[in-house]
Amino acid sequence: MSAQLSIRNLSKRFKTGEGVQGIDFDVNKGELVTLLGPSGCGKTTVLRSIGGFLTPDSGDILIEGRSVIKLPPEKRPTSMVFQSYNLWTHMSVFDNLSFGLKIRKVSKADIRERVADVLKLVQLPGAEKKFPSELSGGQQQRVALARSLLLQPSVLLLDEPFSALDAKLRYEMREELRDIQRRIGLTMVFVTHDQEEALSLSDRIVVMNGGHIDQIAPPEQLYEEPETLFVAQFIGKMNFMEGAVDEDKIRIGAQEFPNAKRLAGEVILASRPEDVSLVPETGQGGGLPGKVKQIMALGHYADVSVELAGGGTVRSFQSKDAVKAMHVGQDVRVSFSRVIPFSENHQT
Amino acid sequence: MNWYFRAIGIRKVVEFVLLTILIVFFAGPLLNLVVLAFSGHWTYPDLLPSQWSLKWWRFVLQEEDVAQSIALSFLIAAIVTALSIVLCVPAAYAFARLEFPLRKFFLFSFLLTHAFPKMGLYVSIAVLFYQVGLMNTLLGVVLIHMINVLMYMTWIPTAAFRNVHAAQEESARDVGASPLRVFRSITLPLAMPGIFVASVFTFLSSLDEAQGTFLVGIPDYRTMPVVMYSIIADFPSSAGAVFSIILAAPTVILMLAAQRFVSADVMASGFQVK
Repeated sequence: MSAQLSIRNLSKRFKTGEGVQGIDFDVNKGELVTLLGPSGCGKTTVLRSIGGFLTPDSGDILIEGRSVIKLPPEKRPTSMVFQSYNLWTHMSVFDNLSFGLKIRKVSKADIRERVADVLKLVQLPGAEKKFPSELSGGQQQRVALARSLLLQPSVLLLDEPFSALDAKLRYEMREELRDIQRRIGLTMVFVTHDQEEALSLSDRIVVMNGGHIDQIAPPEQLYEEPETLFVAQFIGKMNFMEGAVDEDKIRIGAQEFPNAKRLAGEVILASRPEDVSLVPETGQGGGLPGKVKQIMALGHYADVSVELAGGGTVRSFQSKDAVKAMHVGQDVRVSFSRVIPFSENHQT
Repeated sequence: MNWYFRAIGIRKVVEFVLLTILIVFFAGPLLNLVVLAFSGHWTYPDLLPSQWSLKWWRFVLQEEDVAQSIALSFLIAAIVTALSIVLCVPAAYAFARLEFPLRKFFLFSFLLTHAFPKMGLYVSIAVLFYQVGLMNTLLGVVLIHMINVLMYMTWIPTAAFRNVHAAQEESARDVGASPLRVFRSITLPLAMPGIFVASVFTFLSSLDEAQGTFLVGIPDYRTMPVVMYSIIADFPSSAGAVFSIILAAPTVILMLAAQRFVSADVMASGFQVK
C-alpha cells in the first residue's frame, strides 16, 4: 500500500531552542496515526507543518505522492480541527459549514444537502441556524469536525481537539470520531498528550520526546515492547528496578532473565504492575523480600505498593480476591513474570 | 421604622442611598436642562417655571447660522470618522498582528496628545497651520479633530483584532480562503464591534470639539459647540439649554446603539495595552 502522507526528514528549529529534527514517518490510506508526547515535544509543530501553518527548515511532506511543502494552507488537501476557537462566532452553524464550499463554488442546493448530511453524521441534525455561542463545547467541536469532513480532505489533522472537554464527553467524542473514521475511511493524524486517548483511538502511535521520534508502533506493541526508557515511562504504569548483567543472563534478586539485547554493565529493568506477583513470606526464599506499604482498592483490582528490603518500591496489580488476604505491613516475596531490560545510559 | 430596615438589611439601604445620589448627580443636571429649555419665565426660588414656552426652540432653530452650524458639525464629524477609520484600522491591525520594533512605544505615543494641556497643543498646531495655510479651512478643522480621536481609534480596534483568535483565522485559511478573504470575511467582521464603538467615540468627540475648532476654524467654520459658546454668552440660559439638548441628542442615540451592539468589555479591553 502506498502512503497517503509521508513526512520526510522534517526539521524545524524555533528561536527558543525548541523544535523537531529528523521526523520521518508514513501514514497509510484510511489509517489513524497519533502523535503522542508531553507538551513541548514537537508534536504540534509536526502537525502544523503538515497543515501548512509552519514552514519547516528542511525536509519534505508528501500527500498522495505529491510534495505540498511549498503550498499555503488554503491550497493543501488537508483540513485541521484546532483545540479551540475553531468556529467563527459571527456566523451561524450553516455559514460556518458552507464557507469552504462557497469558496469552492459549490451550488446552493448542493451546499444545503451536504451541510444537512454532515450534521447528521456528527449527530447535530437540524443545527444549521444555531450560533456557536448557543452550542456547548462538545457541540462546537462536532461542528468544527463537520466543517473539515465536508471538504473531504486527503488527510484530516486534529490538534488535541477534545482536550478542552470534560472526561466523559471526551470519551464519547473519541468513540464517535473512531466510528466516523472507520465508516468513511478517512486518513487522520491526531495530536494528543493523553496516552489513554492515543491508545484507544490509534492504528499506530508515534511517540515523540524532545523533538524527535522515540518509537512508532501499534498501541499494543507500544505497551508490550517499549523500545526506549522514555516510552516505557510514558505509556502506562511501570516499575523500574536495577538489575545486574551476568554474561547472557540478567539477574534481579534470585530471578534470572535472558539477556536478549546483549546489554552490558548496569541495566534498568522495567516491569508492568500486572506482571508483578506477590506471595506471603514463607521463609523459603525466592523473589525479592519486601513489605506491603499501601493497598489502594480500585474496584475490580487493587494497586498494592511494596517496599523492597533492598530499597525502592514496586507496584503490583492484584485481583480484588487476592488482595483480601493481604494487609499493610505484611512481609511478602516479590517476583516478576516479565521484565524489559534497558541499559542505564540508553537514551534514544 | 427600625424593624423595616432590619428586614430589608443594611446593605440594601446603603445601595439604595448610593443609587439615589448617583441618579441625582447624573439625571439632575439633565432634568434641569430639559425644564430650562421649555421655560418661558423661571425665577429663583420657584421649583418649576411659572410659564412654559417653546420660544427658545423657535429662536434657536430659526437662527440661520445655528442650522448651518448643525449641518457643518455633522459633516465634519462624518469626515473625521471616515478618515480616521481609513487611517487607524489598518494601523490597529498592524499593532495587533505584527511584531515590529518599538511596537509598544508607538502604541503609547497615541496617549501623548492626551497628556498635554489641549490649548497649548492647539496653539502650537495653529502656528503650524498658519504657515501651511490650513487656518480657516475644512481640512484644518478635520485634522485638529483627528488629533483627539487617534487614541480611541487605534487602541480599541487593536484590542478587537487581538481578540480574534489565531485558530479562527487559521481555520479559514484551512478551508480554502486566501489571506485577503480571511480578513474580509472573518477577521474584520469579528473585530467589527470594537471598530464600531471606536467610530461612535470618534463621531461624538468630533461633534463636541470646540476649543480646537474655535482656534482653527474661525470665522468660516463655526460648528455647533462654537456657536453654542456665543449663544450662551449673548442670550438667556434657556437658549443654551435648547442648544445643549440638540447637541446631546446624537450622543444619547449613538450610545444606546453602541450598547445594543456591544458589551462594555469591548471598550474596556481597548485600554489594556499588551
